[in-house]
Amino acid sequence: MATLHSRAAARLMITPAVVLLLGWMLIPLGMTVYFSFLRFNLLAPGTESWTGLTNYYFFLTDPSFWDAIRNTLTLVIGVLLITVTGGVLLALLLDQPIWGQGVARVLVIAPFFVMPTVSALIWKNMFMNPVNGLFAFLAKSVGLQPFDFLGQAPMASIILIVSWQWLPFATLILLTALQSLDTEQLEASEMDGAGPLNRFIYIVAPHLARATTVVILILTIFLLSIFAEILVTTNGGPGTATTNLTYLVYTQSLLQFDVGGGSAGGVVAIILANIVAIFLMRMIGKNLDA
Amino acid sequence: MARAVSTRRKATFTVAAWAIALAIFFPILWTFLTSFKTEGDAIASPPMFVFFDWNLSAYEAVNQRTNYLKHFWNSVVISFGSTILGLVIAVPAAWAMAFVPAKQTKNVLMWMLSTKMLPPVGVVIPIFLIFRNTGLLDTRTGLVIVLMLINLPIIVWMLFTYFREIPGEILEAARMDGADLRSELLYVLTPMAMPGIASTLLLNVILAWNEAFWTLNLTAAKAAPLTAFIASFSSPEGLFFAKLSAASTMAIAPILVLGWFSQKQLVRGLTFGAVK
Amino acid sequence: MGAISLQQVNKAFGETVVIPSIDLEVTDGEFVVFVGPSGCGKSTLLRLIAGLEDVSGGTIKIDGSDATLTPPSKRGLSMVFQSYALYPHMSVRRNIAFPLKMAGLDKDEAMRRVDAAAASLNLTDYLDRRPGQLSGGQRQRVAIGRAIVREPTAFLFDEPLSNLDAALRVNMRLEISELHQQLKTTMIYVTHDQVEAMTLADKIVVLNAGRIEQVGSPLELYREPANLFVAGFIGSPRMNFVSAAAAESHGAHTVGIRPEHLDLSTTAGEWQGKVGVAEHLGSDTFLHVHLDGGGTITARADGEFPVSHGSAIWLTPQADKFHRFDADGNRLP
Repeated sequence: MATLHSRAAARLMITPAVVLLLGWMLIPLGMTVYFSFLRFNLLAPGTESWTGLTNYYFFLTDPSFWDAIRNTLTLVIGVLLITVTGGVLLALLLDQPIWGQGVARVLVIAPFFVMPTVSALIWKNMFMNPVNGLFAFLAKSVGLQPFDFLGQAPMASIILIVSWQWLPFATLILLTALQSLDTEQLEASEMDGAGPLNRFIYIVAPHLARATTVVILILTIFLLSIFAEILVTTNGGPGTATTNLTYLVYTQSLLQFDVGGGSAGGVVAIILANIVAIFLMRMIGKNLDA
Repeated sequence: MARAVSTRRKATFTVAAWAIALAIFFPILWTFLTSFKTEGDAIASPPMFVFFDWNLSAYEAVNQRTNYLKHFWNSVVISFGSTILGLVIAVPAAWAMAFVPAKQTKNVLMWMLSTKMLPPVGVVIPIFLIFRNTGLLDTRTGLVIVLMLINLPIIVWMLFTYFREIPGEILEAARMDGADLRSELLYVLTPMAMPGIASTLLLNVILAWNEAFWTLNLTAAKAAPLTAFIASFSSPEGLFFAKLSAASTMAIAPILVLGWFSQKQLVRGLTFGAVK
Repeated sequence: MGAISLQQVNKAFGETVVIPSIDLEVTDGEFVVFVGPSGCGKSTLLRLIAGLEDVSGGTIKIDGSDATLTPPSKRGLSMVFQSYALYPHMSVRRNIAFPLKMAGLDKDEAMRRVDAAAASLNLTDYLDRRPGQLSGGQRQRVAIGRAIVREPTAFLFDEPLSNLDAALRVNMRLEISELHQQLKTTMIYVTHDQVEAMTLADKIVVLNAGRIEQVGSPLELYREPANLFVAGFIGSPRMNFVSAAAAESHGAHTVGIRPEHLDLSTTAGEWQGKVGVAEHLGSDTFLHVHLDGGGTITARADGEFPVSHGSAIWLTPQADKFHRFDADGNRLP
């Protein structure tokens, strides 16, 4: 629905956004790929030399890389399990007729707006600290030894913190999806003789399936890049117990100044993220046509 | 559809929902309470909930010993600056995609979104080096640019979904009424889309305010926003609970308030319209 | 002056040809109605004239000068849209004044014209309201007000009445007709409703699948439809068509007879049948008659005609009101 005039104008209007994003994508991405084939250390400037796949070889054979992959997957899957299951249950609960629904909802959503460094530090110090933390007090008051969460179960603790941050997101989206369910559909199924359980299985669950998939995909994109929570709680430790891929690349490049090795890790991270992104984009694309 | 629900059923659900909601909210509440304690009361055992000596000493300490206001101001400049700059670039682009769709429009939009999927570690090294060589490291300008770029796809996308709800006939009417493109955007589209533009602004300010990869990696002392400032409490300083709480409360309170206003837009913006 | 001339105008969206080629002359001051079923290309044709779409080929002349490449804002035409397309964020006054503001008209003069237009459309009391606070009919008037203030070369109407309820539609139809009598400006009006076409038009253009089937005054189209399509489209209820033996006896492939041109009798006549559904409208009764030889025919009787479901009835077509068509559906002389 348009004319040559408006089409020409449209091209002009869209150009700045396209050029900027194209530059943002291509220039650093190209540089990362290029660096990943170089021997390039910031501490020894001017000694860059082509090394082919050596960086990949070292990175992929480094035990800490496989630790990082395992940690990344543990973190992503652990948080997904908690947030998605919790989110579905919480959304179903909040969708029931309750007093003060709006306020309860607001309270549940709140953690999403807390910046990652703040939530990580509050949990680390005020709750999980084995001496003064609230959990230590609770343990002591029932006669147990305080548990050093971040020392003894660092990954589980980080999963807990991150889940607390993202549970609201999952809940909010699933709740929105629930509320968009056509009540006439539910009433029709009731007229057709479906009880509450059957209504959930045949009407509600299929309706939520789509939203759940979206939640899983989007969360995965964000969870693959978890960084600040690790930085301020464990610094990736003890050892490499909480070093995920993002954090490993950070250590290698910005702490050890090994640009080449870090870049190879970056490329691996991009490939991983893209696998998820492809599925997500498909879902969004389908929605665009509708 | 209004239906009678038995009071007992409603009461049961209410108690359950509120119990969980309060548990989830508790860390924030605890932080808020602790920020008004003295350091001694903050680590008292048993913990003190309400009956402690309410005072502002932690806030005073944070403001005196650190440059809190500077970091707060950095956060404001960076989050609003990047979002407003993003809007200026995104409004024309979203207009074009919503009202003059071409064969490629969908692909362009999808491609823009796909840049959002790029993991930051994939590009952090070149950006770091470019910034170091151009003097953008640890500057607000540098962060405004980066955060604008990482949020631009969301801004374009959100505006696009809002614009798409405006009937094209109204813009055509403006054209028939003799409006050129500039007048069409200025007098008709922008005022009509104002609620959508405001929501987009709000959500993206929140996202930029809380962004904690680029802000931590590209700043040191000078341009550090609150995310980076709070990170400095990860050292033993974090054991001063009252001061940590006071600094945290000041960092999250404004955005918590904005966030509660933007619940609906949050879903729309973060699911790219895949959930309505 | 408001003469519009289309020469070999055609339009394709990608591979889909919507309008193969159209030539049409609209003379100054004429009320022309484009009518046809949905998807016939009538709205597209209007949008081509408006400049909201580019032609794929051909020429559009407004007042003799080539306007094919002129953007819509420079064509000097006004348009009333199906959805009214009022600016929801502006008051009625600012809505009506918008074209004048765009034209850079001096403010006092603009307000004078807005007030005059509002007075003539009974909108004076609503000038400070927003479109959202108005009824459908009032919104329609605002849209018309916005169209008339700039004194355009011609008015374009895109199914302007289709969102109104039946009673209001009849009123607005009259108002638009009166507006045309007053202004004597060219109007091009698109509708799928043949009653609107018949009552409003000086000249009706019947479109089907992007082609012009016939151009003529309402009565020409009614009396001498050029083909089966026009015959079936113009007139309500539809013309009855009979083929086979009954048609061959008149030397045609198909004959048509309008429901109002059948004489009815409960005792004798040319065709015998049984009454199916009888629709009593008060002033008229429409009978759906199942002929004994097969086929169903609609006939108009007066309001008090005493038949009911299952009654036997005889129909006699008025000999001079037959329409004869050949095998291709074209009118035989």
